[in-house]
Amino acid sequence: MTVLHIDGLTMHFSGLSALEGFNTRLADGGLTALIGPNGAGKTTVFNLVSGFYQPTAGSISFLDRPLAGLKPHQVTARGIARTFQNIRLWKDMTVLDNLRLARHHRLGYGITDVFRRGGRYRRGEDGIEAEAMELLETFKLTAAAYERPKNLPYGVQRKVELARALISRPRLLLLDEPAAGLTSRDVVELIDLIRWIHETFRLTIWMIEHQMKVVMNLCSRITVIDFGRIIAEGTPEEIRNDPEVIRAYLGDDKL
Amino acid sequence: MPTTRIPPRQRLTLPLLLAALLAGIMALAYFEVIDLYIQTIILFIGINIIISSSLNLVNGHMGEFSCGHAGFVAVGAYVSSVITVALFTSDRVFGPPLLPPQLAPLGFPLALLAGGAAAAVAGLLVALPSFRTRGDYLAIITIAANYIIITTVINIDTIGGARGFMGMKRVIFAMEEVAEIPWMVLWVFTFTILSLIAIRRFVSSTYGKGIIAIQQDEVAAEMMGVNTNRIKLVAFMLSSGLAGIAGGLYAHVIGYVNPKSFDILKSTEAMVMVYLGGMGSISGAVLSAILFTLLLEALRPLQIIKWIVIPLLLIILMQFRPEGIMGNRELTDIFPRLKKLHRFK
Amino acid sequence: MFDTLLQNLINAMQWGSFYSLIALGYTLVYGVLLLINFAHGDIVMVGSYIAFFVATLFLGHYDLFPVALPGPLVLALTVPLTMILTALVGVTLERIAYRPLRRKGAHRLYVVITALMCGLILENGNLALLGASRKKFPELVDKVIYTAGGVSVTNLKIAVILTAVLVFVGLHLIVTKTRMGMAMRAISYDKFAVPLMGIPIDTVIVFTFVLGSSMAGLAGILFALSYPILDPYMGLSIGWKAFIAAVVGGIGDIRGAFAGGFILGFVEIMVVAFFPSTYRDLFAFTILLIILTLRPTGLFGVPKTTKV
Repeated sequence: MTVLHIDGLTMHFSGLSALEGFNTRLADGGLTALIGPNGAGKTTVFNLVSGFYQPTAGSISFLDRPLAGLKPHQVTARGIARTFQNIRLWKDMTVLDNLRLARHHRLGYGITDVFRRGGRYRRGEDGIEAEAMELLETFKLTAAAYERPKNLPYGVQRKVELARALISRPRLLLLDEPAAGLTSRDVVELIDLIRWIHETFRLTIWMIEHQMKVVMNLCSRITVIDFGRIIAEGTPEEIRNDPEVIRAYLGDDKL
Repeated sequence: MPTTRIPPRQRLTLPLLLAALLAGIMALAYFEVIDLYIQTIILFIGINIIISSSLNLVNGHMGEFSCGHAGFVAVGAYVSSVITVALFTSDRVFGPPLLPPQLAPLGFPLALLAGGAAAAVAGLLVALPSFRTRGDYLAIITIAANYIIITTVINIDTIGGARGFMGMKRVIFAMEEVAEIPWMVLWVFTFTILSLIAIRRFVSSTYGKGIIAIQQDEVAAEMMGVNTNRIKLVAFMLSSGLAGIAGGLYAHVIGYVNPKSFDILKSTEAMVMVYLGGMGSISGAVLSAILFTLLLEALRPLQIIKWIVIPLLLIILMQFRPEGIMGNRELTDIFPRLKKLHRFK
Repeated sequence: MFDTLLQNLINAMQWGSFYSLIALGYTLVYGVLLLINFAHGDIVMVGSYIAFFVATLFLGHYDLFPVALPGPLVLALTVPLTMILTALVGVTLERIAYRPLRRKGAHRLYVVITALMCGLILENGNLALLGASRKKFPELVDKVIYTAGGVSVTNLKIAVILTAVLVFVGLHLIVTKTRMGMAMRAISYDKFAVPLMGIPIDTVIVFTFVLGSSMAGLAGILFALSYPILDPYMGLSIGWKAFIAAVVGGIGDIRGAFAGGFILGFVEIMVVAFFPSTYRDLFAFTILLIILTLRPTGLFGVPKTTKV
C-alpha cells in the first residue's frame, strides 16, 4: 500500500525553480532516505508535504487523499509529523508542555471547556498528560519533563523533538537531518533510536540525511535529487554505484 | 501506563481571602470610612488590572505588539453605556427608560457583557489582519484600529460625538434605588476577578498555551498541529472583549466618556503596565496595574510635572530591570509557598 | 472643478511633504536598528520650538542679541542651526536612553516603550518649561502668491515641496552611494559584519540619528513657517501618522517612506475636500488598514521569507 504518492511536484520561488517534476511513492512501513547536495531542494519537498508551501504544480496524496490546499496543522491532523533541520522546539516551555502542545489538534475538548473546566476538560488534559509522560518515559526523558529545552544538551533536544513529533500519532514521520550537529556517539544512539521508533510505532519514515552512516544503516530505499530533479532512486547498493550520484557528489567525500 | 490521579483537594484560602476583601471594602465604603476619592482609586486599580492583564495576553503571552488597546476599551465603554442609559434612565436622546429601572442591578452586568462582546467583535479589526502579518506591521494595524474606533465615535452624533456621552451616573442611582450599597465596588471587583480567572484558565490550558507556542515559534506551532489562525482569533477576541468590559466599568465609574480618553495615550498607559509588569506574567500585570494606578494618584499634586516624572521613572526602571518587575515568572514561581493558598483548577 | 482639483493636489503635495520628511526619519532609524522611534514626532515638535527660539533670537527679541537681522538672513541662519540642535537632541536620546538598553540586550519592545516615554517627557517637559501659552512663529519671508487660473501657490508651498524632494534624493544618494550609507544598510542585515568593514556600529547608529533628527528639525521649521502656531502636542498626531505612512510605504525603505508620506497627504486632503473634516482620520486610517491588509509588508517592503 502506498502511504505517500507525489506526482510531478514542482515549486518555483519568484521564478526560480527549486523543484521540478518530483515523483515518488512511499510504501507503507518503509524507511526511505532523501539525499542530495546542499540546496538540491530536499527541505523544499518536506515543506511542500507538510503544507508550509503550496506547490506551483503537481500533487501530493497521503493515504489516497490529496493534500492540496491544506494548511500545515491540517496536514499534521491527517497523520504526518516532522522534525526540523535546526531544532524548532518551543525553547522556553517545559519539555512536557512541548509534547502536550503537539496534541493541540486532538485535545478532546473545546474552547468553552477551557473556561468551564468540567469533566471533559479534565479527561482531555489528563489523557494528554498521561500520554506525554508515557512517551517521555519510553524515550528515557522523564527526568527532563519539567526542564526547558534551552537548558538541555543538543542531543537531548533532538530526542525531545522526535518525541514531540510522535505524540501526534503520525502514520508518516518526516525527519529533516536528524543527525545534524550530533556527536558520533550520539549518532550511533540515534540510529538505534530511529530503528526502534520504526519498529515500535510501525510507521513510515522518510528522512533527509547527509551522514551516509545513518542512511546506509537504516534505509531500504534512497532517492537522490540534485538541482530540484530526481537523479537516482533505488536500494542503498544501487545508489552507491550510480554514476549520476557519484558525479553529483564529486568533490564531496561523503559517498 | 494507566495513571490513577487522586484529584487534588481544592484549597479555598484564596477565594475566602478575596471574598473577605470584597466584603471589607464594601463595608468600608458603605459606612463611609473610606471616602469617594479612595473608592475611585480602588475601582481604577481593578479596571487597570483588567486592562493590563488583557493586553498582556496579546503583547506578553502571544508576543504580538498591540498598541491600540484603548480602542477596544472605548467600544465597551460606549456600547454598555448606551445600553444602560437607554434601558434604565430617561435620557434626552434615548427617551424614557425602556425597562423598569428596578431591573438595573440585573441588567448592568449583562450590559457590561454586551459591551465586552461588541469589543470582541471590534477585535476582529486586528485579529483578521494578524493571519497574514505580524510584528511591527501588525502594530500599525492596531494603531490604525485605535484611530478608526475613536474617529467613528466622534462622527456619531447620537452618542455625543466629540463632546462625549453621559448619563451613566443615573444608572448607578437607579441601582441604588433598589439597594443602597456601593454597587460599582461590587461590579468592578467581581469582573476583575472573573477576568483574571478567565485569563489564567486560558493560558494554563493546553489549548491556550498555543499562544505561547506562537510567541516562541509560530512556524513550529502551525507545523506541529496548532491551528494558529483560530487561536489568534480567540486570543485577540478574548483580549479585546475583556478590555471592553473594563471600558464599561470605567464609563460607569466616571459617569462620562469622551473619545479623547481612549486615544493612543491611553493605549500607551496600557502598554506601560504590561511591560512594567513583565511580558507574559499575570501576577506581573496585576502588580504593575496596582503600582501604576497608585503612582498616578500619588503624583497628582505635581500636575503637569507628573507626566515628566512617570516616564522618567519608567525609563530608569527599564534601564535597571529591562525584563519588567516579574519577567515572565508568576508570583508562585518566586514564592512557592503561595501555592498553598489555592490550587488552581 | 478642475481648478479645485488642481488646488487640492498642490495642497496635498505640501501636506504630504511634511509626512514624507518625518516618515524618512522613522524609516532611517527603523532600517538600521529595527527600532520604532516613537519619540520622533516629538523631535519634530522640538525642532519647531528650537527654530522659534533661534529665529526670535536673531530677530532681536532677547537682550542676548539686541540686533534685529533681516528676515531672509534669519531664515538662512535658522535652518542649519535648528537642524544641528535638533540632531543633538536626537543623538542625546539615543545615547542616554536607547543605547544602554541595547547594550543590555533588552527585548526590542522595551526600547520602543522607552522611546514612547521619551516622547512624553519632551511634550510635557516643554509644557512645564514654557507654559500653556502658544507660541506664534514669526513671519521670516514675505509671502508671495502666484496665481494661474483659479489655482494659487505660495512661495512657501513650493519651498516645502522642493525641500522634501531634495531631501529624499539626498538621502537616497547617501544610503546607496556612500560608505556610511552602505554600513547603515549592512547593519540591519548583520550587526557583526559591520565592524569588519572598519566602521564601528555606534558611529553608524549615531550618524543615523543625526540624519533622521536633522530631517525632523527641517520638518519642524517648515511646519512652523506654514502653520505658525506652536504647541507642545503638535508632534503627537503628525508623528503617529507619519509613522503609519512609513509603514504603508514599507518601513525601512526610503522610497517607501517618501511615497507613503505623499499617499497619506493626498488621502487626507482629498477626504477633507469632499467630506466634513471630522471624517479625515476615519477615512485615512481605514484606507491605510486596507492597504496593509492587502499588502502586509507595505508598498515597497519585501516580504520576509521564513526559513524552515
